[in-house]
Amino acid sequence: MTNVPIEGMLLPNEKPNHESPGNWKEYFSFSTDHKVIGIQYLVTSFFFFLVGGIFAMVMRGELMTPDSDLVDRTVYNGMFTMHGTIMLFLWTFPSLVGFANYLVPLMIGARDMAFPRLNAVAFWMVPVVGIIMMGSFFVPGGPAQAGWWSYPPVSLQNPTGNLINGQVLWLLAVAISGVSSIMGAVNFVTTIVKMRAPGMGFFKMPLFVWAVFSAQIIQLFGLPALTAGAVMLLLDLTVGTAFFDPAKGGNPVMFEHYFWFYSHPAVYVIILPIFGIFSEIFPVYSRKPLFGYKVVAVSSILIAVVSGIVWVHHMYVSGTPGWLRLIFMLTTMFVSVPTGIKVFAWVATIWGGKLRLNTPMLFALGALIMFVFAGITGIMLSSVPVDVHVNNTYFVVGHFHYVLYGTVTMGLYAAIYHWFPKMTGRMYSESWGKIHFWLAFIGTNLNFLPMHPLGLQGMLRRVASYAPEYQFWNIIASLGGFLLGMSTLPFIFNMVISWMQGEKAPNNPWRAIGLEWLVSSPPPVENFEEIPIIISEPYGYGKSEPLTANLSE
Amino acid sequence: MKIQKILNILTLLTGAIAVTITSLWIGQQAYSWLPPQAAAESVLIDDLISFLVTLGAFIFLGVTSTLMYSVIFHRAVKDDFTDGPPIEGNIALEVVWTAIPILLVLWIANYSYQVYEQMGIQGPSEIVHLHNPLGMESAYAEAKDAPSLAEPVEKIDVLAKQWAWVFHYPERDVTSTELHLPSDRRIRLALKSQDVLHGFYIPAFRLKQDIIPNHAIDFEFTPIRPGKYSLTDSQYSGTYFATMQANVIVESPEDYQQWLAKIATQKPSPAKNQAAAEYAQTSNQSVQTGWVTVPPAAPPLVNSPG
Ligand code: HEM
Ligand SMILES: [Cu+2]
Ligand SMILES: [Cu+2]
Repeated sequence: MTNVPIEGMLLPNEKPNHESPGNWKEYFSFSTDHKVIGIQYLVTSFFFFLVGGIFAMVMRGELMTPDSDLVDRTVYNGMFTMHGTIMLFLWTFPSLVGFANYLVPLMIGARDMAFPRLNAVAFWMVPVVGIIMMGSFFVPGGPAQAGWWSYPPVSLQNPTGNLINGQVLWLLAVAISGVSSIMGAVNFVTTIVKMRAPGMGFFKMPLFVWAVFSAQIIQLFGLPALTAGAVMLLLDLTVGTAFFDPAKGGNPVMFEHYFWFYSHPAVYVIILPIFGIFSEIFPVYSRKPLFGYKVVAVSSILIAVVSGIVWVHHMYVSGTPGWLRLIFMLTTMFVSVPTGIKVFAWVATIWGGKLRLNTPMLFALGALIMFVFAGITGIMLSSVPVDVHVNNTYFVVGHFHYVLYGTVTMGLYAAIYHWFPKMTGRMYSESWGKIHFWLAFIGTNLNFLPMHPLGLQGMLRRVASYAPEYQFWNIIASLGGFLLGMSTLPFIFNMVISWMQGEKAPNNPWRAIGLEWLVSSPPPVENFEEIPIIISEPYGYGKSEPLTANLSE
Repeated sequence: MKIQKILNILTLLTGAIAVTITSLWIGQQAYSWLPPQAAAESVLIDDLISFLVTLGAFIFLGVTSTLMYSVIFHRAVKDDFTDGPPIEGNIALEVVWTAIPILLVLWIANYSYQVYEQMGIQGPSEIVHLHNPLGMESAYAEAKDAPSLAEPVEKIDVLAKQWAWVFHYPERDVTSTELHLPSDRRIRLALKSQDVLHGFYIPAFRLKQDIIPNHAIDFEFTPIRPGKYSLTDSQYSGTYFATMQANVIVESPEDYQQWLAKIATQKPSPAKNQAAAEYAQTSNQSVQTGWVTVPPAAPPLVNSPG
């Protein structure tokens, strides 16, 4: 590893880009190149992020005043249902799959995913899911209004009497998204197990690959439960079976079990790749090896395993008897052990390094701080007596937004900036990036911190109107929300302008260690002319050993 | 070199003390973030919340101040493109910081368990046909000395429907849309739902329980502070969910008996109901879609329409 100054400078032994970034039309075609598919996922999901964001603005607008006076109650209910569903199924899942698609083959020295066609099919199901979701606004009765949980019996009440209604479309879309995710999971697990370059043992894999591997294993065991629950609900709704309908002797609590058996682990499907992104970014901008690499790698698998036995913490106050509440309290709290190990490892990596606060590092640091906050409120929620008070209040909403906005979305931004030069062959504007960071960081905290006092005082989630004493914190939260909405503007501006006319990016602008930085920016089709032979562990900052035996560094 | 080391230790010590004092202070503030303590259970829960806030503040401040210290003092100099020290791990340190979260988890779980046991709120236990292995106690301290008080003395039926609460007092066979409770008495509610999932939640009591159609659920607690509080539906129950509110009046047992006696003389009449009223009215919001909704159940007939 040569320590030549790099920012904006070409390495002496750098080859020119031997492939053009490809015609833009390729991004609208059925491409089987994992890199094209990755970017297709990212751009599509970002579009839905904006749609979900607009719904959030409407909700925050309604909540500026205690009365239900901006939109109809039905509209409000549709908004929060679609907001939650879109943000999870059309933003966080697909954008992270996009990154995994782009990076995993490059990081393990493969020429593509194991099943490139399956990969493309899985991607093209995402716009289909989106179209069905959005289409539900145009059926009589409007979109689903039962929340992203769709608990029966509310989700079974169909006042229009039509067979095509918002809830049926919702279930259909979720089922298709499940099928797409299963295809993706099979592809990722196979690729990571079978297609690593020679010399890349499991303990030479970058931590992002470990994280994707653990996350995709969760998909394999969890998704069948969700899909089964969704199909049973669909049958109840359309042909009148009685799995969950209490009026016909069904049991709605069973649906909660099906739902959370998948949907708790699902939050780890989302957060694990973000942990992977942290593990990639902190060493580069601290210029130190990742502290405790092996423990951090194994802790991903541990998180995946433990996450499978905690789902009842969402149902403490449903039909759950006391002894079961306490068992799940203990398992839930134990998730914090492997998570805590990771946090300590990142802090130790940063400690005593030579820090450069570029935009990706700023986003990653901000996300880490907000994740620590979310973890602490998570532990509070896992304690049964505390949850009895704050369950279904804004405290929970505050908690999971610190995770999903503070950590996941900010972590995604970190990743987008970090790999932008690699993906587009252009540099982004650092000053616009920093403006974006500060708007987003301040907006996130203004938006979601006030939700904690609101929840402790007893303000419920999913309400369109509330008691006047809650107004003060709601105004602050709404202003924070509008700021967050605005914060995406400098980002979009930066991305579009830089992609079109940014400075040309060198192969390795951050002097990072990793296979993806050895190929040109953007990488050629099929990635590697010659498959690399791996001879050392990742993250060898400060140690002058080469990563591969045959590719130049 | 030696002086440098001593200075470092002093810095660390000062930092640790500052973080500790701040988190203890934040932990005390936690009480002021909560509604009044109107039930015996709320006292226990608030202590637990304060404890968790203290511990949480300590961890949060510890991690962020370490990070901030690095961000301020460990920055790369402008033209220094060399790497930092290649430290990859430290077994002793890694063992210690695996042990710390495990011990913390056990501590928190144990404390939470004890609070839960003392609350003795019941809830559904019929799902598995097992006797509850936990000794259910009463959060009301005097109850321990006077076992007769530990027995629920006031039994009230609660019916939730889209979108109204109805309270039935079996002793006098009267109904109300306001929940009246005698203070310092153990209460047992029988929670029932007529249609969908609802949630029984009184923030001032810190207590909540979902109500599930076709399930009989008992819920026990002890109000201790006379006053007027609100009961809300905590489990999303459809279009007019947010309107599903009721007043809770905690009063002395004598006042409570008087109130019961008074409403027993009143004739049942339809209660006021916000959901039904809004449904009947063309709404006056600026954005309207006309999406049809589930019609609200008929307003309940009650002796005391509140
Ligand atoms: C230290 C780790 C964590 C712990 C101990 C924890 C604990 C909990 C608990 C107990 C609840 C249920 C609260 C309630 O419904 O009353 C909850 C809700 C939630 N958590 Fe976490 N959590 C953690 C991390 C995460 C992560 C990593 C994510 C996502 C990336 C996440 C996302 C959510 C979401 C979305 C909900 C709300 C679900 C809903 O009610 O709609 N949490 N968490
Ligand atoms: Cu969970
Ligand atoms: Cu309700």
